[in-house]
Amino acid sequence: MMNTIKATNDFVIRFANVNGSGSASANNLFSKAVFRLGVPVSAKNIFPSNIQGLPTWFEVRINEQGYLGRRGGYDFIVAVNGQTMARDYNELLPGGYFFYDSSKRLPETFKRDDIIEIGIPLTEICNAQYTDPRQRQIFKNIIYVGALAYLFDMDFSVFEDSIKSQFAKKAKLIEPNIQALMLGFNYARENHEDVCGLNIHRRDLCGDQILMEGNAAAGLGAVFAGATVAGWYPITPSTSVVEAFEKFCKAYRIDKETGKNKFAIVQAEDELAAIGIVIGASWNGARAFTATSGPGVSLMSEFLGLAYFSEIPVMLMDIQRTGPSTGMPTRTQQSDLISAAYASHGDTKNVLLFPANPTECFQMTVVGFDLAERLQTPVILMSDLDLGMNVHQCDPIQWDDAKVYDRGKVLNKQQLNDLTERWGRYLDVDGDGIPYRTIPGTHPEKGAYFTRGSSHDEYAAYTEDGQVYARGMQRLLVKWDTAKKIVPPAEISGNESSVGVIYYGTSDYSSQEALDKLRITQAIDAMRIKAFPFGQEVAAFVASHQQIFVIEQNRDAQMKTLLVNELGANPAKFIEILNIDGMPITAEFLVNEIQGNLHQNNPMNQQEA
Amino acid sequence: MTFIRPNFRHPEHHTNEIGYSIKNYEGALSTLCAGCGHDSISAAIIKSCFDLNLEPHKIAKISGIGCSSKTPTYFLGKAHGFNSVHGRMPSVTTGANMANKDLLYIGVSGDGDTASIGMGQFAHVVRRNLNMVYIVMNNGCYGLTKGQDSATTDKGSAGKKGIPSVFDSIDLCQLALQLGAGMVARSFSGDKKQLIPLIKAAIKHPGFAFIDVVSPCVTFNNTPTSTKGYEWVRDHLEATDTIDFIPAKTEITIDYPEGASRRVQLHDGSELLLHKNSADYDLSSRKEAMNRIESVKEQQKILTGLIYHNQQELDTHGRINTVDKPLNELSQQELCPGSTVLDVLNQSMR
Repeated sequence: MMNTIKATNDFVIRFANVNGSGSASANNLFSKAVFRLGVPVSAKNIFPSNIQGLPTWFEVRINEQGYLGRRGGYDFIVAVNGQTMARDYNELLPGGYFFYDSSKRLPETFKRDDIIEIGIPLTEICNAQYTDPRQRQIFKNIIYVGALAYLFDMDFSVFEDSIKSQFAKKAKLIEPNIQALMLGFNYARENHEDVCGLNIHRRDLCGDQILMEGNAAAGLGAVFAGATVAGWYPITPSTSVVEAFEKFCKAYRIDKETGKNKFAIVQAEDELAAIGIVIGASWNGARAFTATSGPGVSLMSEFLGLAYFSEIPVMLMDIQRTGPSTGMPTRTQQSDLISAAYASHGDTKNVLLFPANPTECFQMTVVGFDLAERLQTPVILMSDLDLGMNVHQCDPIQWDDAKVYDRGKVLNKQQLNDLTERWGRYLDVDGDGIPYRTIPGTHPEKGAYFTRGSSHDEYAAYTEDGQVYARGMQRLLVKWDTAKKIVPPAEISGNESSVGVIYYGTSDYSSQEALDKLRITQAIDAMRIKAFPFGQEVAAFVASHQQIFVIEQNRDAQMKTLLVNELGANPAKFIEILNIDGMPITAEFLVNEIQGNLHQNNPMNQQEA
Repeated sequence: MTFIRPNFRHPEHHTNEIGYSIKNYEGALSTLCAGCGHDSISAAIIKSCFDLNLEPHKIAKISGIGCSSKTPTYFLGKAHGFNSVHGRMPSVTTGANMANKDLLYIGVSGDGDTASIGMGQFAHVVRRNLNMVYIVMNNGCYGLTKGQDSATTDKGSAGKKGIPSVFDSIDLCQLALQLGAGMVARSFSGDKKQLIPLIKAAIKHPGFAFIDVVSPCVTFNNTPTSTKGYEWVRDHLEATDTIDFIPAKTEITIDYPEGASRRVQLHDGSELLLHKNSADYDLSSRKEAMNRIESVKEQQKILTGLIYHNQQELDTHGRINTVDKPLNELSQQELCPGSTVLDVLNQSMR
């Protein structure tokens, strides 16, 4: 007899849909219901670079242990896209469940005997129930959600409540949606009783967590951080950052008396102009930002060099996607590290931040604005498509009202009046490599200077004196050293092994899960890097471990390159664990790769064997 | 290159209404070639700001890269300046203007900076109707890289190398008109009398004001065969009405017969007085302005003066509805929603 998969609150379901068919809201309804049952859930939208017609998948991992990374493998597939049905059928794990629209019989070639087929005549039910073609399409999605509610033995009231809150402002849509859910639920109950061994039962494990997209969190962070100017150019997957910024500005930043905006969003003609707008606004004393992806970072590079050399704060969010060139625009990757870290010609270095979840997107955006102004330099938030565009379960957004923005070293009118010595825009008076700046319009007589990307002396005057130029470049390195002390420190766990694992960004989820598994048999230390330049703790971790796995979602081990380059570490001690297929990295892959290498290369393990 | 600026000032040298002398509007010594038209434009900017009683520190001067873009160092030393990257002055100025709507933005660019590498940014800053003065110091060549043709080099025109350009030139005034600029003018660096009133009008214009100033390159493009040399330009000027700028509050005493002159009221009450010396036409008609440029061009001439003037359109801030207070003056308290909104927001995501 076939071994069917049996699990409660621990399985993966894949929805195979057609892009633009209205499936997204139905799928979200399902994943949100899981969350509302208190069962940790992670959902990933695997979508095409297309508006309508191409295949799109939605993967939901349900895991009451709280592992939110991609697991790999599918226990249950909702196959409602004819284009991909054969592929979906074949990719189902043995013992899994194949849910399909049985209005049409499965083709003869679908002959697996190691899976359970669950047919529900979605089209027939819809055609019988609805006459409007649009309703037939939309409710088909809701009907399969209703069927899943029965098959997984879910508390139906959660769906009812979701529908009610979703359509609170369109009350007449509540009843038809609940009715559609019931149609699916009842059909499954009458025809597929006791067929499915997968259950989702209430656990209340989600506490006060929220479901949020990283880009929404970054946009919200920019509002809380006091950004007033955004220059931007649309590019997937970054577009929703500025859209979120606008949405939250409209909620919180409209002047009540006049109805006018306490923000300026300028959709630019290209990414060059977008970053130019940010630089102009920052130079003029506003907090400004832009969001883009890899191609945009390439275009912005010249301007980033200007901001680095003329010392203008810049907050840039890079929502990385699969490169090079246009690459796979709707797939994720962590492949812009080097281009961002050293963006622009000449000797340049930029501060990078690596958020791992939406809560950190919010926090690091706020931190990023402070750092950019404190250091008077570009700060780049290195998010990615997985983090930015997928809904993640994460800690709620919090704000400390006692927090005061760090606007950095800016001389106001009074301070300029009180100056006793000659002020130099690029004069390091504090020894931290950070000079004092002034904002245009501050003082009638003092503080004006000429900002330029050409070589300048301490007083901002043009110079071609090689010694003076070199002095300025060396001083920027002093500032770089200051940056190392004030960027978010790495998160380190374990202090007992010669083996270490380094990861960052969205590899966090799967790395934690993999570490839990690996640590059962092997002591392994771990470090999650949160910023570039690397602080002392990163250097110490690298120095104190003999074998270091670096987990990355790019081909060339870019973080490893930065570690070797910046710390002078021996490249031989690093083992690259790289995922480049454009899909979020999985714990299974990490466990296999690390285990394999531990046995091969680690002298400690060889002795044991 | 000018090495010395005499300290001697004319005995009748005076201060303006806010107590500044012309010296307060000057900048560092120019490092451009002696006789460069650009220095005359800098002088015209200095004089315009002096006459208009502008506080120098309330002006931001922004440029791209090239000989023209070096000039902001040579005027308004008490104003912040920004020599940005090649062709990108418009975006930097847009950002600066978004941050503080209360400053005067003088953007300086060249023909390479605007008509080639910065064409896209130029087009879009016009389209946004950013409140700024945009001056192109147009010498029809790349001076700083030693005289290559630019996109405004006229077909058949030859500079020092003697090779005539085989490509059609871009007329930046026509382009600005087509893209919706509110004020479009052209002048000649050697015509101070025309240039200064135009700069004043541009400063007072409540939106995007464009002045294309033909400014001969004495080193690489001042040959008799060049259509941007002093000789050719002087011989081929066709001016629209000559212009006087009359500040608000000043009693108008200029004695011109009614019917021979027209007044253009500026938004702050100042006036432009146009002395009619050519066929009458509607300054606020884009179509007539286009025709005018074309018909003068057919006669192998360069149309200078005020070509188009329309103050009706909202500037960028007006269109995106920003608050009256400059955004860079809003406090944390005015900008940060604070923790109170988060309960509702977090709850909406559960």
